Amino acid sequence: MLIEVQNLCVGYGNKNVLQDINLSLRKNEIVTIVGPNGSGKTTLFKSIIGSAPISSGKVVISPDLKIGYVPQVLNIDRSLPLTVKRFLSLANNQNKKESLSAEKVLESDELLFKQISTLSGGQLQRVLLARALVNNPDVLLLDEATQGLDQPGSASFYRKIEEIRNDTGCAILMISHDLHVVMSASNRVICLNGHICCQGEPRTVASSPEYKALFGPNVDGTLALYQHNYNNNHNQIER
Amino acid sequence: MLDDFMVRASLAGIGVALAAAPLGCFVVWRRMAYFGEATAHAALLGISLSLLFEFSIFAGALLVSLSMASLVTFGQGRSLFLDTLLGVAGHMSMAAGLIIVSFISGVRIELMAYLIGDILAVSKTDILLIWLGLGLVLLLLIWRWSALLLCTLNEDLAAASGLKPKRESFVLTIALAVVVAVGIKVVGVLLIISMLIIPAASARSLGSTPEKMALFACLIGVLSAIFGLNASYVFDTPTGPSIVSVASLIFLATLIFTFIKNRFLINRGNKSRDSNYG
Repeated sequence: MLIEVQNLCVGYGNKNVLQDINLSLRKNEIVTIVGPNGSGKTTLFKSIIGSAPISSGKVVISPDLKIGYVPQVLNIDRSLPLTVKRFLSLANNQNKKESLSAEKVLESDELLFKQISTLSGGQLQRVLLARALVNNPDVLLLDEATQGLDQPGSASFYRKIEEIRNDTGCAILMISHDLHVVMSASNRVICLNGHICCQGEPRTVASSPEYKALFGPNVDGTLALYQHNYNNNHNQIER
Repeated sequence: MLDDFMVRASLAGIGVALAAAPLGCFVVWRRMAYFGEATAHAALLGISLSLLFEFSIFAGALLVSLSMASLVTFGQGRSLFLDTLLGVAGHMSMAAGLIIVSFISGVRIELMAYLIGDILAVSKTDILLIWLGLGLVLLLLIWRWSALLLCTLNEDLAAASGLKPKRESFVLTIALAVVVAVGIKVVGVLLIISMLIIPAASARSLGSTPEKMALFACLIGVLSAIFGLNASYVFDTPTGPSIVSVASLIFLATLIFTFIKNRFLINRGNKSRDSNYG
């Protein structure tokens, strides 16, 4: 067990953002968190990396666990000059052998000497992922990492994630809005809305009424891509 | 050698410039300019208290700016109007300081010296304090450099690497208080913020990495101190404002340099965006 979240509650002020969350992450797993805006997905990530105000419960992290984190956005002040190379070297405790892997993930040397602030969305995404991988992490946390990528871009991004998992055995916990990709690439899906509505294999979650309640009847269309024989009577009656 | 007032003034000016420049880069990157200014203004309360109770001005300024800065660092995230609170606290302290000073007879004439500095009057003890402060600030910054950079970039990235962003920003708070305290003799509470941000702002277009920018800022700060001091000697102008004016001229020069460089490179269809304001 790499990460175990036990009865976690997180609140800002009087508002409870997360309630009674239980979650565990094992080696080699790809777990995806889906949920509407404001459902506490990013807050859950923040409590795992230790930057959220936990009001009760706890997050147990196995000793010496290395976390590679890919944030949702990276707003770098334009007053800060920063080349990609220097940014990649900012990861803690890296050694020379590992820094090679960053360049491998980048798959290009031309990016190395560019200023971060001049990168396109896709380039920045590659750099952030490379930065997360520099330390050979045991766990990758991806917060809407395909935001701003087009469909082929995000498809190849998810292929890369799966490759990384297969190569290194690191566990992946990600937040995503690409519902159909989630359904095909994850081992487990967690449906979050302040609390965990439902979780399990993609197939199980997709057919649960809680999931439908959250994402509306329209998810049927997306799911059809994944599950051709999928059929739900309740939904048809609603229409 | 230290008996020559110009040598003493140069040593004091260079010391403050070297401490202020790299810290100033963080002030610019983290958009803490107003925070720095309010902290510096609040130091006037410390000065007036030290005049009233007759203890070291350096200690008084350090104490007040440190408590002001820590108040803000730990209050962060708890209040939505941090900026406003900062303005209130900073200027309340300054007003209180000015009132206290008005009760002390004979000090009112000296007040200008604390507002814009009186570098020509620095003693050997002042120089020692300035260089001790410089040593402390540089040690702190070098020790926490990578951690501070990462926290500046993104606090969540820093937290994921096992850092505590709050603790790191407290390092900056301490350094800021020290720079304010040692800078009072040289440029005064009104101008110390300019020693922080002007060299850093000028260095922005010259360096492609944070480290290069900080080194350029140090160079620009030292040049401003030396040339400002000499200009004030030659033209018989107030020294603190002269140093700041030279720094501002350098800033203008780098702006023009960047502008020309960009035009030139864009005309040649080159990748010009790598080393300028983007």
